[in-house]
Amino acid sequence: MRELSLNVMDIAQNSISAGAKLIEIDVCEEPRTDRLTIRISDDGAGMTAEQAARVTDPFFTTRTTRKIGMGVPLFKMEAEMTGGSLGVASQKGVGTTITAVFVPSHVDMIPLGDINSTVLLLITCNEDRDFVFHHKMDSREFTLDTRELRAVLGNEVRLNSPEVIQWIKNCLSEETQFIKEESTDEVFSGTSGDQG
Amino acid sequence: MKSLAELQAIRDRARSQVILRENNDNAIRVLVGMATCGIAAGARPVLNAMVEEVAKRGLANVTVTQTGCIGICQFEPVVEIVTPGQEKVTYVKMTPEKAVRVVNDHLVNGNVVTEYTIGANS
Repeated sequence: MRELSLNVMDIAQNSISAGAKLIEIDVCEEPRTDRLTIRISDDGAGMTAEQAARVTDPFFTTRTTRKIGMGVPLFKMEAEMTGGSLGVASQKGVGTTITAVFVPSHVDMIPLGDINSTVLLLITCNEDRDFVFHHKMDSREFTLDTRELRAVLGNEVRLNSPEVIQWIKNCLSEETQFIKEESTDEVFSGTSGDQG
Repeated sequence: MKSLAELQAIRDRARSQVILRENNDNAIRVLVGMATCGIAAGARPVLNAMVEEVAKRGLANVTVTQTGCIGICQFEPVVEIVTPGQEKVTYVKMTPEKAVRVVNDHLVNGNVVTEYTIGANS
Protein backbone atom coordinates (compact mmCIF):
# COMPACT_ATOMS: atom_id res chain seq x y z
CA MET A 1 0.00 0.00 0.00
CA ARG A 2 1.23 3.49 -0.81
CA GLU A 3 -0.57 5.10 2.11
CA LEU A 4 -1.67 3.81 5.50
CA SER A 5 -5.07 5.40 4.90
CA LEU A 6 -5.64 2.72 2.25
CA ASN A 7 -4.96 0.03 4.84
CA VAL A 8 -7.56 1.68 7.05
CA MET A 9 -10.06 1.40 4.20
CA ASP A 10 -9.17 -2.25 3.84
CA ILE A 11 -9.46 -3.09 7.55
CA ALA A 12 -12.74 -1.18 7.83
CA GLN A 13 -14.03 -3.37 5.01
CA ASN A 14 -13.57 -6.37 7.33
CA SER A 15 -15.75 -4.64 9.91
CA ILE A 16 -18.40 -4.07 7.27
CA SER A 17 -18.25 -7.74 6.24
CA ALA A 18 -18.64 -8.65 9.91
CA GLY A 19 -21.95 -6.78 9.97
CA ALA A 20 -20.78 -3.94 12.21
CA LYS A 21 -23.30 -1.17 12.83
CA LEU A 22 -20.75 1.17 14.40
CA ILE A 23 -17.15 1.47 13.26
CA GLU A 24 -14.68 3.69 15.09
CA ILE A 25 -11.50 4.92 13.44
CA ASP A 26 -9.00 6.49 15.73
CA VAL A 27 -5.82 8.17 14.46
CA CYS A 28 -3.45 9.48 17.08
CA GLU A 29 -0.27 11.28 15.97
CA GLU A 30 2.35 12.06 18.59
CA PRO A 31 5.33 13.77 16.92
CA ARG A 32 6.97 14.42 20.29
CA THR A 33 7.21 10.76 21.18
CA ASP A 34 7.54 9.64 17.54
CA ARG A 35 4.44 7.49 17.51
CA LEU A 36 1.43 7.06 15.26
CA THR A 37 -1.37 4.85 16.55
CA ILE A 38 -4.24 3.75 14.34
CA ARG A 39 -7.15 1.92 15.91
CA ILE A 40 -10.14 0.44 14.10
CA SER A 41 -12.83 -1.00 16.31
CA ASP A 42 -16.26 -2.37 15.46
CA ASP A 43 -19.30 -3.99 17.00
CA GLY A 44 -19.47 -6.70 14.36
CA ALA A 45 -19.60 -10.46 14.62
CA GLY A 46 -16.23 -10.72 16.33
CA MET A 47 -14.02 -13.77 16.37
CA THR A 48 -13.18 -16.62 18.67
CA ALA A 49 -9.86 -16.43 20.49
CA GLU A 50 -8.47 -19.04 18.15
CA GLN A 51 -9.55 -17.13 15.03
CA ALA A 52 -8.22 -13.83 16.41
CA ALA A 53 -4.86 -15.42 17.07
CA ARG A 54 -4.62 -16.55 13.46
CA VAL A 55 -5.87 -13.38 11.77
CA THR A 56 -2.33 -12.10 11.29
CA ASP A 57 -1.40 -15.24 9.37
CA PRO A 58 -1.67 -14.45 5.65
CA PHE A 59 -2.50 -18.07 4.86
CA PHE A 60 -5.49 -18.09 7.14
CA THR A 61 -8.91 -17.06 5.97
CA THR A 62 -12.41 -17.90 7.13
CA ARG A 63 -14.19 -17.47 3.87
CA THR A 64 -17.35 -18.89 5.39
CA THR A 65 -17.73 -16.73 8.50
CA ARG A 66 -15.51 -13.72 8.22
CA LYS A 67 -13.53 -12.68 5.20
CA ILE A 68 -9.98 -12.09 6.28
CA GLY A 69 -7.11 -12.61 3.95
CA MET A 70 -4.15 -10.35 3.34
CA GLY A 71 -5.47 -7.15 4.90
CA VAL A 72 -4.44 -7.62 8.52
CA PRO A 73 -1.09 -9.37 7.84
CA LEU A 74 -0.11 -6.56 5.44
CA PHE A 75 -1.00 -3.88 7.99
CA LYS A 76 0.96 -5.77 10.64
CA MET A 77 4.01 -6.04 8.41
CA GLU A 78 3.94 -2.31 7.65
CA ALA A 79 3.77 -1.50 11.37
CA GLU A 80 6.55 -3.90 12.30
CA MET A 81 8.79 -2.60 9.51
CA THR A 82 8.96 0.73 11.37
CA GLY A 83 9.63 -0.92 14.72
CA GLY A 84 5.98 -0.76 15.73
CA SER A 85 3.41 -3.46 16.34
CA LEU A 86 -0.14 -4.63 15.64
CA GLY A 87 -2.59 -6.17 18.08
CA VAL A 88 -5.97 -7.83 17.61
CA ALA A 89 -8.59 -7.98 20.35
CA SER A 90 -11.83 -9.70 19.56
CA GLN A 91 -14.81 -11.27 21.23
CA LYS A 92 -17.38 -13.44 19.51
CA GLY A 93 -20.64 -11.53 19.22
CA VAL A 94 -19.15 -8.32 20.66
CA GLY A 95 -16.73 -6.99 18.08
CA THR A 96 -13.13 -6.59 17.04
CA THR A 97 -10.45 -3.98 17.67
CA ILE A 98 -7.28 -3.73 15.61
CA THR A 99 -4.56 -1.46 16.97
CA ALA A 100 -1.45 -0.64 14.96
CA VAL A 101 1.48 1.40 16.27
CA PHE A 102 4.01 3.01 13.92
CA VAL A 103 7.31 4.84 14.41
CA PRO A 104 7.09 7.68 11.83
CA SER A 105 10.78 8.64 11.87
CA HIS A 106 11.76 5.19 10.62
CA VAL A 107 13.05 5.00 7.06
CA ASP A 108 10.44 2.39 6.13
CA MET A 109 7.49 4.43 7.37
CA ILE A 110 4.61 4.62 4.91
CA PRO A 111 2.86 8.02 5.10
CA LEU A 112 -0.61 8.18 6.58
CA GLY A 113 -1.81 9.86 3.41
CA ASP A 114 -5.34 11.01 2.71
CA ILE A 115 -7.20 9.58 5.69
CA ASN A 116 -10.08 12.02 5.16
CA SER A 117 -10.77 10.52 1.76
CA THR A 118 -11.01 7.08 3.34
CA VAL A 119 -13.42 8.27 6.02
CA LEU A 120 -15.58 10.16 3.53
CA LEU A 121 -15.89 7.19 1.20
CA LEU A 122 -16.69 4.80 4.03
CA ILE A 123 -19.51 7.09 5.15
CA THR A 124 -20.76 7.66 1.59
CA CYS A 125 -20.87 4.01 0.63
CA ASN A 126 -22.28 2.62 3.85
CA GLU A 127 -25.27 4.80 4.49
CA ASP A 128 -26.81 2.24 6.86
CA ARG A 129 -23.84 2.22 9.26
CA ASP A 130 -22.41 4.73 11.67
CA PHE A 131 -18.81 5.87 11.84
CA VAL A 132 -16.87 7.73 14.49
CA PHE A 133 -13.64 9.27 13.25
CA HIS A 134 -11.27 10.66 15.82
CA HIS A 135 -8.03 12.38 14.79
CA LYS A 136 -5.56 13.64 17.36
CA MET A 137 -2.30 15.45 16.78
CA ASP A 138 -0.22 16.54 19.75
CA SER A 139 -2.74 18.21 22.01
CA ARG A 140 -5.35 19.08 19.40
CA GLU A 141 -8.06 16.73 18.29
CA PHE A 142 -11.45 16.48 16.64
CA THR A 143 -14.20 13.90 16.34
CA LEU A 144 -16.71 13.33 13.57
CA ASP A 145 -19.63 11.16 14.65
CA THR A 146 -22.23 10.29 12.01
CA ARG A 147 -24.78 9.64 14.76
CA GLU A 148 -24.65 13.36 15.64
CA LEU A 149 -25.13 14.30 11.98
CA ARG A 150 -28.12 11.97 11.72
CA ALA A 151 -29.66 13.59 14.78
CA VAL A 152 -29.57 16.96 12.98
CA LEU A 153 -30.65 15.67 9.59
CA GLY A 154 -33.54 13.58 10.83
CA ASN A 155 -35.29 11.26 8.42
CA GLU A 156 -35.67 13.73 5.57
CA VAL A 157 -32.08 13.86 4.37
CA ARG A 158 -29.80 10.93 3.79
CA LEU A 159 -26.27 10.98 5.08
CA ASN A 160 -24.93 10.33 1.58
CA SER A 161 -26.87 13.01 -0.24
CA PRO A 162 -24.48 15.20 -2.26
CA GLU A 163 -24.95 18.31 -0.10
CA VAL A 164 -24.24 16.44 3.12
CA ILE A 165 -21.20 14.70 1.64
CA GLN A 166 -19.85 18.10 0.63
CA TRP A 167 -20.43 19.35 4.16
CA ILE A 168 -18.59 16.37 5.66
CA LYS A 169 -15.73 16.86 3.21
CA ASN A 170 -15.34 20.53 4.18
CA CYS A 171 -15.69 19.66 7.83
CA LEU A 172 -12.90 17.07 7.66
CA SER A 173 -10.50 19.36 5.84
CA GLU A 174 -11.16 22.35 8.12
CA GLU A 175 -10.75 20.29 11.28
CA THR A 176 -7.57 18.69 9.94
CA GLN A 177 -6.20 22.14 9.13
CA PHE A 178 -6.94 23.17 12.70
CA ILE A 179 -5.17 20.27 14.41
CA LYS A 180 -2.19 20.52 12.07
CA GLU A 181 -1.57 24.20 12.77
CA GLU A 182 0.28 23.30 15.91
CA SER A 183 2.37 20.55 14.48
CA THR A 184 5.01 21.48 11.95
CA ASP A 185 6.89 18.21 12.03
CA GLU A 186 7.94 17.36 8.47
CA VAL A 187 7.74 13.63 9.13
CA PHE A 188 3.99 13.88 9.61
CA SER A 189 3.07 15.66 6.43
CA GLY A 190 1.07 13.23 4.33
CA THR A 191 0.83 12.88 0.59
CA SER A 192 -1.69 14.62 -1.59
CA GLY A 193 -3.71 11.42 -1.67
CA ASP A 194 -6.09 10.62 -4.49
CA GLN A 195 -5.43 13.84 -6.36
CA GLY A 196 -1.75 12.92 -6.81
CA MET B 1 -16.80 21.17 15.17
CA LYS B 2 -17.93 22.77 11.94
CA SER B 3 -21.22 24.55 12.31
CA LEU B 4 -24.15 22.18 12.50
CA ALA B 5 -26.33 25.12 11.47
CA GLU B 6 -25.30 24.48 7.87
CA LEU B 7 -26.50 20.90 8.22
CA GLN B 8 -29.80 22.15 9.60
CA ALA B 9 -30.09 24.45 6.60
CA ILE B 10 -29.59 21.47 4.30
CA ARG B 11 -32.33 19.62 6.16
CA ASP B 12 -34.71 22.58 6.02
CA ARG B 13 -34.13 23.02 2.30
CA ALA B 14 -34.93 19.38 1.77
CA ARG B 15 -38.11 19.78 3.80
CA SER B 16 -39.31 22.64 1.67
CA GLN B 17 -38.77 20.71 -1.53
CA VAL B 18 -40.94 17.90 -2.75
CA ILE B 19 -38.71 14.90 -2.46
CA LEU B 20 -38.91 12.43 -5.29
CA ARG B 21 -39.09 9.07 -3.62
CA GLU B 22 -36.53 6.76 -5.07
CA ASN B 23 -38.10 3.81 -6.72
CA ASN B 24 -35.75 1.03 -5.71
CA ASP B 25 -37.14 -1.37 -8.30
CA ASN B 26 -35.23 0.32 -11.10
CA ALA B 27 -32.25 1.52 -9.09
CA ILE B 28 -28.89 1.01 -10.76
CA ARG B 29 -26.22 -0.35 -8.45
CA VAL B 30 -22.56 0.44 -8.96
CA LEU B 31 -20.22 -1.87 -7.07
CA VAL B 32 -16.54 -1.05 -6.69
CA GLY B 33 -14.25 -3.88 -5.60
CA MET B 34 -12.66 -2.73 -2.37
CA ALA B 35 -10.75 -5.66 -0.95
CA THR B 36 -7.00 -5.63 -0.35
CA CYS B 37 -6.35 -6.38 -4.01
CA GLY B 38 -8.61 -3.61 -5.31
CA ILE B 39 -7.36 -0.96 -2.90
CA ALA B 40 -3.73 -1.78 -3.68
CA ALA B 41 -4.50 -1.49 -7.39
CA GLY B 42 -5.98 1.98 -6.92
CA ALA B 43 -9.69 1.44 -6.29
CA ARG B 44 -10.12 4.34 -3.88
CA PRO B 45 -9.61 7.14 -6.43
CA VAL B 46 -11.93 5.23 -8.78
CA LEU B 47 -14.63 5.01 -6.12
CA ASN B 48 -14.09 8.67 -5.32
CA ALA B 49 -14.51 9.67 -8.97
CA MET B 50 -17.64 7.51 -9.28
CA VAL B 51 -19.27 9.03 -6.18
CA GLU B 52 -18.40 12.59 -7.22
CA GLU B 53 -19.56 12.22 -10.81
CA VAL B 54 -22.85 10.57 -9.81
CA ALA B 55 -23.44 13.41 -7.32
CA LYS B 56 -22.50 16.05 -9.89
CA ARG B 57 -24.95 14.61 -12.39
CA GLY B 58 -27.64 14.26 -9.73
CA LEU B 59 -28.35 10.64 -10.59
CA ALA B 60 -30.90 9.84 -7.90
CA ASN B 61 -31.52 6.30 -9.16
CA VAL B 62 -27.87 5.26 -8.82
CA THR B 63 -26.29 3.93 -5.65
CA VAL B 64 -22.53 3.55 -5.47
CA THR B 65 -21.26 1.02 -2.94
CA GLN B 66 -18.12 -0.90 -2.17
CA THR B 67 -17.94 -4.63 -2.30
CA GLY B 68 -15.36 -7.20 -1.29
CA CYS B 69 -13.09 -9.23 -3.52
CA ILE B 70 -14.81 -9.96 -6.82
CA GLY B 71 -12.31 -12.72 -7.50
CA ILE B 72 -10.46 -11.32 -10.50
CA CYS B 73 -7.61 -9.55 -8.73
CA GLN B 74 -5.47 -9.27 -11.87
CA PHE B 75 -8.15 -7.02 -13.39
CA GLU B 76 -8.52 -4.68 -10.40
CA PRO B 77 -9.74 -1.97 -9.98
CA VAL B 78 -13.04 -3.58 -10.99
CA VAL B 79 -16.41 -1.83 -11.21
CA GLU B 80 -19.64 -3.77 -11.68
CA ILE B 81 -22.84 -2.12 -12.86
CA VAL B 82 -26.07 -3.91 -12.02
CA THR B 83 -29.18 -2.70 -13.79
CA PRO B 84 -32.47 -4.52 -13.08
CA GLY B 85 -33.55 -6.65 -16.02
CA GLN B 86 -30.20 -6.38 -17.74
CA GLU B 87 -27.03 -8.40 -17.72
CA LYS B 88 -24.39 -7.25 -15.26
CA VAL B 89 -21.56 -5.23 -16.83
CA THR B 90 -18.04 -5.67 -15.44
CA TYR B 91 -15.49 -2.94 -16.11
CA VAL B 92 -11.83 -3.77 -15.47
CA LYS B 93 -8.53 -1.96 -14.86
CA MET B 94 -10.41 1.19 -14.05
CA THR B 95 -9.01 4.68 -13.51
CA PRO B 96 -10.72 7.87 -12.26
CA GLU B 97 -10.83 9.14 -15.87
CA LYS B 98 -12.46 5.92 -17.12
CA ALA B 99 -14.90 6.11 -14.20
CA VAL B 100 -16.09 9.56 -15.29
CA ARG B 101 -16.67 8.28 -18.83
CA VAL B 102 -18.58 5.24 -17.56
CA VAL B 103 -20.88 7.50 -15.52
CA ASN B 104 -21.55 9.75 -18.50
CA ASP B 105 -21.86 7.14 -21.25
CA HIS B 106 -23.31 4.19 -19.39
CA LEU B 107 -25.26 5.58 -16.45
CA VAL B 108 -26.53 8.77 -18.06
CA ASN B 109 -26.98 7.65 -21.66
CA GLY B 110 -27.27 3.89 -21.32
CA ASN B 111 -24.38 3.07 -23.65
CA VAL B 112 -22.00 0.43 -22.32
CA VAL B 113 -18.34 1.48 -22.75
CA THR B 114 -17.38 -1.81 -24.41
CA GLU B 115 -13.65 -1.14 -24.59
CA TYR B 116 -13.37 -1.04 -20.77
CA THR B 117 -15.33 -4.24 -20.14
CA ILE B 118 -13.79 -7.53 -19.12
CA GLY B 119 -14.75 -9.04 -22.46
CA ALA B 120 -12.50 -6.59 -24.32
CA ASN B 121 -9.62 -6.97 -21.85
CA SER B 122 -9.22 -10.68 -21.26
